[in-house]
Amino acid sequence: MIEGQGQGAWVTDERNGQEKMRKINMVYRWVDNAFSIVRSMWVIFWHFLRKRETILYPEVKQFMPPRWRGRIILSRDPDGEERCVACYLCAAACPVDCISLQATEDAHGRRYPEFFRINFSRCIFCGFCEDACPTYAIQLTPDYEMGEYERQSLVYEKQDLLISGPGKYPGYNFYRIAGLAIKGKQKGQGEEEEPPVDVRSLLP
Amino acid sequence: MNSVITQLVIVFAVLIVMLGIAASLTYAERRLLALWQDRYGPNRAGPFGLLQVAADAIKMLFKEDWVPPFADKPVFVIAPAIIMFTVLMAFAVVPFAPGIQVVSLNIGLLFFLAMAALGVYSIALAGWSSGSKYSLLGGLRAAAQMISYEVFMGLSLMGVVMLAGSFNLSDIVEAQKRIWFCIPQFVGLITFVTAGVAEMHRMPFDLPEAENELVAGYHTEYSAMKFGMFFIGEYLGITLVSAFIVILFFGGWQGPAVVGPFLPPIVWFFGKLCVAICGFILLRASLPRPRYDQLMHYAWKVMLPLSLLNLVITGAIILGVKG
Repeated sequence: MIEGQGQGAWVTDERNGQEKMRKINMVYRWVDNAFSIVRSMWVIFWHFLRKRETILYPEVKQFMPPRWRGRIILSRDPDGEERCVACYLCAAACPVDCISLQATEDAHGRRYPEFFRINFSRCIFCGFCEDACPTYAIQLTPDYEMGEYERQSLVYEKQDLLISGPGKYPGYNFYRIAGLAIKGKQKGQGEEEEPPVDVRSLLP
Repeated sequence: MNSVITQLVIVFAVLIVMLGIAASLTYAERRLLALWQDRYGPNRAGPFGLLQVAADAIKMLFKEDWVPPFADKPVFVIAPAIIMFTVLMAFAVVPFAPGIQVVSLNIGLLFFLAMAALGVYSIALAGWSSGSKYSLLGGLRAAAQMISYEVFMGLSLMGVVMLAGSFNLSDIVEAQKRIWFCIPQFVGLITFVTAGVAEMHRMPFDLPEAENELVAGYHTEYSAMKFGMFFIGEYLGITLVSAFIVILFFGGWQGPAVVGPFLPPIVWFFGKLCVAICGFILLRASLPRPRYDQLMHYAWKVMLPLSLLNLVITGAIILGVKG
């Protein structure tokens, strides 16, 4: 049987059935419809006793989960130094190119951003920068109250982004783990790092 | 001389009170709708959001009053005035209490029906002169809806007229001393309320406006206070139909038999008016809009025969009792 024919037959049957029902039950249907109007008005009327669904926003704030992707911050390691090593991975990952920074080095070879700028009027809060960051420096927070009257005010500089604590990752310090030699830590002194092996030596 | 001053006072009092009710309805309707939809509604401006009315009025007045270049300007400008005019004229015959009435016409009821019918010109002309297809569809629907519902609106009230033996609204109220007409004329009440809702283009019969199909229907192209006048006209219309429901079916200024004399007539009238208006808002909160053909079907195939049947039966009973 062709599908179309089957459907057509079904529709016709249904229509005949409905026609019959309509003839039999016309009065009943009208009474029922009228009753349903009265009943829905009755039900809606008693809704005035119900609890309100509205959250009165500025006074009452909704719980935001800790992993909410809101305002972006730059965190510091437990020693109070900037975590950011200015690797540009966040800027490269950013789909809307809202991050711009300039890398520089201090006297001991520790990299840090000379400036770090996020244009929040472009930011789409996708969190790719946080994913890309090798040092947990850039993080998204549950804060969403960033309204401004001027677009220019949405451009955050480093001093606006930098916070004083470690954010979501307490205790993590990139330079303590990384094999890079900086001030106060020579090669092989990092956590879980073995002393360097002289590959040219023939001794075991 | 004294009576002239009294008359003038009544005229201006009616005008101001009715416009006040219409203005405060913009707030009351939103709060009540919110109440029945588990929301709060406007509650920020002033205590309980009461200053919302003022905020809205100021906004309306200061918006740019724009006439589209493709509109038929004179008609476009006069259309919103017509609805205000006709509805306010109809308030002239409303008896608020014994003696508190602008004019006591012996054809009061017919005057109301005439003025309510003229209101469609406003909407049809607004839809036509806007030069926009959505407006035109809105105006078209308004005209067709009016033709269908006007027919049995008058017929549904004839039972009341038969029982009272008069077209004078004060006489009709007086005739309800023993029993309110909502009991002997229950079918008339149902048909009149339906027609009244359709007449004033209220939800669920707001097809000329139908914002989810026709943008805003007949007032799509209107802005600022011209739009505001349509808005106020609609709220005045609700007040008017509610007032007539109270007068024709719920004993007007008369309280219920035993407790009636404890409150002044004007309080009874406005109390009932408020309940009727709340009923209209509840109707809006709970019922969906029917399709266009369903609306017509309902008017011609159900309401018209029903009101004719009511008329015949009422007439037969009156004839039987008297003769």
